[in-house]
Amino acid sequence: MDFQIALLLGQDGLTNGAIYALLALALVLVFAVTRVIFIPQGEFVAYGALTLAALQAGKLPATLWMVVALGAVVVAVDGAIALRHGAMRRLPRMLALNLGIPLLLWALLAHVETAGLSLIAQIALTLCIVVPLGPMLYRLAYQPIAEAPVLILLIVSVAVHVVLIGLGLLFFGAEGTRTPAFSEGSLELGAVTLQYQTLWILAISALLILALYAFFGRTLYGKALRATALNRTGARLMGISTTMAGKLSFTLAALIGAFSGILISPITTLYYDSGFLIGLKGFVGAIIGGLVSYPLAAAGALLVGFLESYSSFWASAYKEVIVFTLIIPVLLWRSLTSHHSEEEE
Amino acid sequence: MNTGIDKGLKHGKLAAAMLLAFSATAALADITVGVTVSATGPAASLGIPEKNTIALVPQTIAGQKVKIVLLDDASDTTTAVKNAKKFVSEEKVDVIVGSTITPASLAMIDVAAESETPMISMAASRAIVDPVDAKRRWVYKTPQNDAQMSTAITEHMSNANVKRVAYIGFSDAYGEGWANEFAGVAQARKIEIVANERFNRADTSVTGQVLKIIAAKPDAVLIGGAGTPAALPQKALKEKGFKGVIYQTHGVANNDFLRVCGKDCEGTFLPAGPVLVADQLPADNPVKKSAQEYVQKYEAAHGKGSVSTFGAHAWDAFKLLEAAVPAALKKAKPGTKEFRAALRDALEGVQNLPVAHGVFNMSPTDHLGFDQRARVMVKIENGGWKLVK
Repeated sequence: MDFQIALLLGQDGLTNGAIYALLALALVLVFAVTRVIFIPQGEFVAYGALTLAALQAGKLPATLWMVVALGAVVVAVDGAIALRHGAMRRLPRMLALNLGIPLLLWALLAHVETAGLSLIAQIALTLCIVVPLGPMLYRLAYQPIAEAPVLILLIVSVAVHVVLIGLGLLFFGAEGTRTPAFSEGSLELGAVTLQYQTLWILAISALLILALYAFFGRTLYGKALRATALNRTGARLMGISTTMAGKLSFTLAALIGAFSGILISPITTLYYDSGFLIGLKGFVGAIIGGLVSYPLAAAGALLVGFLESYSSFWASAYKEVIVFTLIIPVLLWRSLTSHHSEEEE
Repeated sequence: MNTGIDKGLKHGKLAAAMLLAFSATAALADITVGVTVSATGPAASLGIPEKNTIALVPQTIAGQKVKIVLLDDASDTTTAVKNAKKFVSEEKVDVIVGSTITPASLAMIDVAAESETPMISMAASRAIVDPVDAKRRWVYKTPQNDAQMSTAITEHMSNANVKRVAYIGFSDAYGEGWANEFAGVAQARKIEIVANERFNRADTSVTGQVLKIIAAKPDAVLIGGAGTPAALPQKALKEKGFKGVIYQTHGVANNDFLRVCGKDCEGTFLPAGPVLVADQLPADNPVKKSAQEYVQKYEAAHGKGSVSTFGAHAWDAFKLLEAAVPAALKKAKPGTKEFRAALRDALEGVQNLPVAHGVFNMSPTDHLGFDQRARVMVKIENGGWKLVK
């Protein structure tokens, strides 16, 4: 291995690590706020990428039907509750958010030739379709059992993951797709050539991380999320709705997931089931951060990226083994250094 | 008196039972085929065209109605075995077709042998039918052996004066199988394997492996992958400036691969079943007509350019049945143990049957029955498949 190969591998590791870091942050966020280990995180990666690919092929992405259908179910459930409590004021907002926006999107997509739109418009449309799935899933799958033990939430996560994978196969078929790069070409930097797409991934990941930092530090909603993560009961006593916090964290997780998918789909072929493994690697990063620390999770995810890249050079057949074995010493170290309290279970 | 009534009752019961039994056999006289395909799970891109093909096969064979019981095994070995058991115990099938992938097919052999039901697999590994022993007597398969395909590649490499080859394949049974097959035949042709790498179907990057391959300076690279994931190393090789020849395996022979790989796949060589280039085959090729028949049927139902070689394996399985059933019908009625045995014998006797992937010549020692007419070398040119003469 000479210096140039080391540099190329490092670049590769950094690119993948940046995506894993985004996913790790989303996983930490969701876990901290709702105590849900969000296994379906990876599905949003696949859904985002494949929805964008469908739009670029000029097809109506099937995820659109899913948003409309889930929206209708949410309205039915929430509507029934609102009617029973006579809270008619809530209806218009609920209808607009869960059914109005998806139907509007549908009308828009049915009349616009999406293949000819600019990339930015396509990405915006993709996010409009995929991101609402996050809060809707929270409403239907997790909100009714929000106070359940972590284990039950985890089991529900597995169920949601299996359902989403199955729907993914139905929606997008078994074959994968690649989307064109944000900008073609590469940059010569001394001995290394950097693909523009790599630079895009690094820049956007860094921007997203900074934006999240600002969101948690500066905005009321961000602070509300942090408060809920620190102490659910305390936050509720302060008038923070845990339901709102849950929905918000799922929205962010869906946004990060879908955007990660959009970022990496130009550099690799994504399938309906690719998201799981990507999400799992983000999860290893999140575990290194103990599912609480954002900077540690991001660093852990980068470590996973580098480890994966260098081990693919040295022992490609054992790459996954090496990456996932990393979790054992980390868990050992964490169990030895942290004083675990059994308050949750 | 009493005994007389008793006797009469007994006779009545017997008659009723016989009537019932008779009507049951009459209903069972349809030929029942149990098909298990991997329409979901990792092998879905192979299983779906197979499932589509099952809908196109003839409804009657030799005047007998064919009843098809189609189940999905989700690319899972346990489910495939469960399906096979269901076929033999509940559906009382005359023949099992499936499964799509090797591990599932291997596991189903026991069920087929135990219940003495002939089975036609649509998976590639030679181990499914070789050696033909007490259990594998009952088992046939339609896809070419990997060995047939790898000799086609090494032959082409020798002719192109390729001496140093790097291999990169899936880190699963498919990639390992190809690595072993290729290592065997490459040695015989004095081709040196300079790098031997693995990658995962779901990998997002193969940079490390590709850098190692390029550092080994091979004349050619063989990619042992199936379906669109096999495009990833090829794209990475082109991106990192590899100028040599790239070979793929027949696992990529569907149009989705062309779509995903795009211009990076121009000039790639691969061995494939003749059905892939049916229209380009010379007119005197015995496979041309039978391959075109399948392509036309499939494309009429699913649109132009939708055909893949995987679905043709299912088609060929039913072609085998069409050829074997008439002989078996002469010996026994469908739904009986005798019919299953007769069908097994008839399958073994199939001779000179042109199908989509080649010409079947079965024998008691060869339950695949394909010769070199079952493979052609194909080059990817202008985003399409081109027969290499």
